[in-house]
Amino acid sequence: MKLSTSDHAALNGDQGEAARFAMELVVAVAESEGVETLVDIEQAHVDGCLFHGKALLDFVEFLADGGAAVVVPTTLNVSSLDLLHPELYRGDAETAIQARQLMDAYVEIGCTPTWTCAPYQLASRPSFGQHVAWGESNAIVFANSVLGARTGRYGDFMDICCALAGRAPYTGLHTDEGRVATVHIDLRVSEDMTNGEILYPILGYLIGRLVGQAVPVITGLDSNSGEDRLKALGAAAASAGTVGMFHVAGVTPEAETLNHALGGHPAERVITVGIDELNTARAALDSGTGPLGAVSVGTPHLSLPELIEVVTLASGRSTSIPFYLNTSRDVLDQAVDSGVDIGLQSFGATVVTDTCTYVTPIMEPVAGDVMTNSGKWAYYAPANLGVDVAFGSLADCVESAIAGRRVATGGWW
Amino acid sequence: MKVDRVLVAGSAEGELLVLEEPVSFWGGVDPTTGRIVDPRHPQVDILLGGRIMAIPHARGSSGTSSALAELLRAGLGPAGIVLGAMDSMFTVGSLVAARLYGVACPIVLAALPDHSGGRWCIEGETLERSSGGNWRSSEVADA
Repeated sequence: MKLSTSDHAALNGDQGEAARFAMELVVAVAESEGVETLVDIEQAHVDGCLFHGKALLDFVEFLADGGAAVVVPTTLNVSSLDLLHPELYRGDAETAIQARQLMDAYVEIGCTPTWTCAPYQLASRPSFGQHVAWGESNAIVFANSVLGARTGRYGDFMDICCALAGRAPYTGLHTDEGRVATVHIDLRVSEDMTNGEILYPILGYLIGRLVGQAVPVITGLDSNSGEDRLKALGAAAASAGTVGMFHVAGVTPEAETLNHALGGHPAERVITVGIDELNTARAALDSGTGPLGAVSVGTPHLSLPELIEVVTLASGRSTSIPFYLNTSRDVLDQAVDSGVDIGLQSFGATVVTDTCTYVTPIMEPVAGDVMTNSGKWAYYAPANLGVDVAFGSLADCVESAIAGRRVATGGWW
Repeated sequence: MKVDRVLVAGSAEGELLVLEEPVSFWGGVDPTTGRIVDPRHPQVDILLGGRIMAIPHARGSSGTSSALAELLRAGLGPAGIVLGAMDSMFTVGSLVAARLYGVACPIVLAALPDHSGGRWCIEGETLERSSGGNWRSSEVADA
């Protein structure tokens, strides 16, 4: 491998044992894949702060003992605890102690306690063309697809090692050729459907199931698809599949046209998606047949515009079933700075920050299905929480919570 | 047969489990049992522990690396992994488990065998049916 002088210094242990281990891991991964060079990264987002086993804690303590300190700005993903609303945690005390130790350890080695799965909603988000090392599957796909920043699909351990080394293997989505679409998703649906937000998570789920590790380019989506809709699409695609980047022709920054996204080559696969395929995908996410027991929105964390939509719809009304709203502490601060009165207490919402209802025990026992607007939540909740899912738009979720039964505000399609 | 690439070197033997679809190790596998719990997976309820697990590629969560390391720490992880397509998430989990716990989980890139069953072994650059003998379930190679 071609390594820089400072890479060699790190491998020699000049910057401590943790920096040595981090560089060794980055180099080992690169070598295992036949990658010959590393690339400087400008920031990192670390996914390993969610506690789901002792190995996570052992690892960060191993790094801390070795004098670890991140060398680039590094944000932190959701954890297992809501530090702003600690009373919400319903798990066992021992797990909570370890979860808190894990969070503290990452902060101690220099990471910023952002506790959000949507770091692209922070002011610090990377700009077009910047190389970063991000963990968290939905953040990875958003960074690559919507921001035009460049990150591989990094997981726990690798993200923090890149942050300690300031380097990442120069391969895959870091390179021009790795970002070229090879699969064309030819969406053929009515304008009514592309105008509705519910299409996006369902299309994302379908794409995740269909394309494997490939980079797809989608045609036929509304040219006004905003960040929140693309967030929902990417999060579902990255949960149901292994998608690290997608293009939307005429919308995302590296897809001025279909041909541009394909790099001037014909697509290796063209997949036509119509209402039949989408109905099948919708049925896979919408497993609920019983009464409605609760609602959970904000996976990934609600953005400020989404929070304002909920606040507006909920104004002067109240929910008749538990309503959970996941967002980041930063978005709550943005709301205060913007003069938005969240005022959700009179509505009866439970605001969750720093974590999310599908990754840690926060929800009260539910009698019935749980409604969500998230393809990602719908994908994981049946196994994680043992609940059936009703699927709807953000407005459907609010209206259903008030009515205490499923309400489809805009019809299904 | 000779594998396409060795991602994590070592030797391992176990009953072959060919996953018909990728599974997310975080959220799709119970970390306390090593059992597939993703209800949409065609092989839900099957145990990964001690097997030579053949998987087309990783799926979903970035928690795959730590979920694999946690399974290996608890002695519930696969003995070895055959990947159908390059993915660093498993490599990272295996390398970290080796460093923290001295547990090996060799990983190779190779064409997946057609179906589950029988005892198979990963030995350096080779993936093949076991010829018998006294294999340990997992054996670390000198790095």
